[in-house]
Amino acid sequence: MTLHEFFYMGGKGFYVWGAYGMALLVFVVEVALVRNRRTQALKQVRLLRDAEGEE
Amino acid sequence: MNALSLPELLVLVVRRDLVLAMRRRADVLTTLVFFVMVVSLFPLGVGKGELTLLHRIAPGVVWVAALLASMLSLGRMFSADYLDGTLEQILLAPQSLSVLVLGKIVAHWMVSGLPLVLMAPVLGLQFGLPADQLGVLMLALLLGTPVLSMIGAVGAALTLGLRGGGVLVSLLVLPLCIPVLVFGSGAVAQVAGGVTYAAHLELLCALLVAAAVSTPWVTAQALRISME
Amino acid sequence: MGSNSLAINWFKYSAPSTFYALAGKLAPWFAGLSAILFMIGLYMGLVAAPTDVQQGEAYRIIYIHVPTSILSMFIYLLMAGYAALGLIFNTRLSAMMAGALAPTGALFSLIALWTGAFWGRPEWGTYWVWDARLTSELILFFLYLGFIALHASIDDPRRADRAAALLAIVGSVNVPIIYFSVYWWNTLHQIPTFQVSGAKIDPTMEHALLVMMFACWFYAIAMTFWRVRSIILERERNTQWVRELPEARS
Repeated sequence: MTLHEFFYMGGKGFYVWGAYGMALLVFVVEVALVRNRRTQALKQVRLLRDAEGEE
Repeated sequence: MNALSLPELLVLVVRRDLVLAMRRRADVLTTLVFFVMVVSLFPLGVGKGELTLLHRIAPGVVWVAALLASMLSLGRMFSADYLDGTLEQILLAPQSLSVLVLGKIVAHWMVSGLPLVLMAPVLGLQFGLPADQLGVLMLALLLGTPVLSMIGAVGAALTLGLRGGGVLVSLLVLPLCIPVLVFGSGAVAQVAGGVTYAAHLELLCALLVAAAVSTPWVTAQALRISME
Repeated sequence: MGSNSLAINWFKYSAPSTFYALAGKLAPWFAGLSAILFMIGLYMGLVAAPTDVQQGEAYRIIYIHVPTSILSMFIYLLMAGYAALGLIFNTRLSAMMAGALAPTGALFSLIALWTGAFWGRPEWGTYWVWDARLTSELILFFLYLGFIALHASIDDPRRADRAAALLAIVGSVNVPIIYFSVYWWNTLHQIPTFQVSGAKIDPTMEHALLVMMFACWFYAIAMTFWRVRSIILERERNTQWVRELPEARS
């Protein structure tokens, strides 16, 4: 199929790309959330280590 | 102390909980009033002219109201005993915890579910439901509301003492109650359509039996988890 | 002797510290494979596969809808399985795995719902159809939310793990019952079901679906492994081995 056909999807482009677009968005958000969770967890560990180190 | 047989134990627990509930009659009545009010709002909202529409939505409305009323009253099942320490003693008792829990569930149903069954015909009249549908509605509620109490018991036991309160229990329990809703209101809808409704009621019976056999034990486990 | 060494290996990896390292090594591989499979699968589904006779191009949504839908159910069962293991054997890692699976499963069911609605709109004219599968998917989404909410509402980690585990097990027993009841309700109300037309399903379609299934599955594994690593760090932050991790040094 041509590039135009690819985007147009037989007139149903909104639905197809709306669906896949949302899926992509969710994946991106999930990856961001997982990375953020790791950052926060490591931050907590460092805080504890530094507190310990002062004793 | 004489050893109690299981039926005697059950009656003892039910009687105790009923006596305690009667002392706090206001709690019991508010649930009933809530049920009546929610159901009454729909004819008012939809308008008397739309009689056929009201006929069709009546079973669903009554069932949803029964569900909501059941959720509201769940907090009462264990929280009073939890707060004054009785629940701890119940957990330590040598008798079967499942039987004790079953007693509490029965008492809860008698106070929250049974009044709804009795009120339902009056409410059905507000929707203009004919007598045969009212009968099936009552029977369906009679079979279904105990199941709601039983599923609710699991939720109440898991959320013992938590801040979330009624909303959290409802979030946990409502999805699990959907089969009851489907078969219960479906039975009445079938009568309206002139089709046999026996299958729906039989399925409700099956749910009732399955719940009666499993939920007391599961609730007992949930109580142990919450009270460790 | 053979079964002994197997037993030892099993319990070795049930220790959070060992699993942390293992998950860290494996996750990037699953992520990379998933990315490659997505590219292949999307090409196959969006470009290579033929147009459906009845539904036109909109049917191509199934290549994301079906895998995420199936996986959302599979992940729930897996979550309940880990929850049961945690309750029976009292292993902390099992509970952590259940907690790590939940958000991924919930997000998959969200995608399944959204893509289902976007498939339904061109097909049936409305964004939402109360057919058995979509309705069960919605309820599954609620069950996930309930699990996450319950776990988050309990401060004591042990009680949180065990309560949420029990809820997951109760939910998993209920899912078939819920599906059956909704299916029953559907046949009464004659709700249409989603289908791809034609008795003969084109092999390219089948292969595309399979590739997308694996792509989503490997993605889920990677996310779960990465998430469980964070959970391990959160729970075990008072231990020696966590303190001495290279990533913990500022």
